[in-house]
Amino acid sequence: MAFSNDEVLAGLAELITDETGIDASEVALEKSFTDDLDIDSISMMTIVVNAEEKFGVTIPDDEVKNLKTVGDAVSFIVAGQE
Amino acid sequence: MTTLKQATGPAYTRIYSVGAARGENAVPNDDLIGPIDSSDEWIRQRTGIITRTRAVPETDAIDLSTAAAAEAIEKSGLAPSDIDVVIVATISNPKQTPSVSAIVADRVGANPAAAYDINAACAGYAYAVAQADALIRAGAAKNALVIGAEKLSDIVDPADRSISFLLGDGAGAVVIGPSDTPGISATVWGSDGSKSDAVGMNHTLTEFRDGQAPWPTLRQEGPTVFRWAVWEMAKVAKQALEQAGVEAADLAAFIPHQANMRIVDEFAKQLKLPETTVIARDIETTGNTSAASIPLATHRLLEEHPELSGGLALQIGFGAGLVFGAQVVVLP
Repeated sequence: MAFSNDEVLAGLAELITDETGIDASEVALEKSFTDDLDIDSISMMTIVVNAEEKFGVTIPDDEVKNLKTVGDAVSFIVAGQE
Repeated sequence: MTTLKQATGPAYTRIYSVGAARGENAVPNDDLIGPIDSSDEWIRQRTGIITRTRAVPETDAIDLSTAAAAEAIEKSGLAPSDIDVVIVATISNPKQTPSVSAIVADRVGANPAAAYDINAACAGYAYAVAQADALIRAGAAKNALVIGAEKLSDIVDPADRSISFLLGDGAGAVVIGPSDTPGISATVWGSDGSKSDAVGMNHTLTEFRDGQAPWPTLRQEGPTVFRWAVWEMAKVAKQALEQAGVEAADLAAFIPHQANMRIVDEFAKQLKLPETTVIARDIETTGNTSAASIPLATHRLLEEHPELSGGLALQIGFGAGLVFGAQVVVLP
């Protein structure tokens, strides 16, 4: 079963909250992981690994640095399911 | 026809004792933040390190090794002359040859023990323990001195934000010998050279000699190493437990390579260790000392928790290569 954009966003917000304590309502498509959400590279990698498991996708290390915003991550995950 | 004699050894081995030596200076984060435009809080949050121990210029990895080895031998109850093989794991001896091990063997009174150095970076100590165990059980040696020793402060770049500020200097040593009961489990070890760029020296010595590069120093791809160190190494750790025939709940201690507190914490979470398992967190005040970190952390655990003696510890090293090694040992 493929996850929709909204489902991926909601799931990602949960993972971000678990890792960083950031309120899920703060997590929006246009937010930058580093500049807006202040997520460091180690937390980012933890979120990435948990997202792989949750959504059944593969996010290579080289790709992680291209995921600047929450929207980038949602798009990558949604496309990766196909 | 004459039959060739082939050696055999005892069925089991164990660690008899541990010794430690750390760099003389405690270097707080505030001393390092200038060139990396950082703060004490930034370093603590990303690494869990408050201070790291670094050696003075006149102290080298051989001195640190000798001090750690002398303590381990003294506590082992053996005479130095009982040691017949010395293995030193290190990546920071600035002279390719002679080896650290031959000089240390002589200095501690173990001359003419067989002596050699190995390079398996932060997995070096686990590799060396595997070798010592195998050599003794094969009859190639009776008692081994195993040392992890580093003076990493010689190969750091103060302006590097990837790894330099984590690194410290020190040596940890153990004496390993025959045992009536199993004391060192099978080692799960391996490598992945396809990720050789993830952590290691940024230049060669010949590039430096030819003026094409500055003095070589360590670098890492932090997030890549973090992912590998936690999720891939958790699989290795579970294999080591399985091969040892024990479960996480049986562990008195978990002693991972002290790479970064975030790795230690996430790793422990992945292994679902019970609250009764004591987790080594020596990195907080020693820093990352590569091959020396596991024996240094073991030494500190046994000082702070003497009741752990006789208990089982899972130790796992992982680092540049990439290479990894894990085994379960009975703590001395």
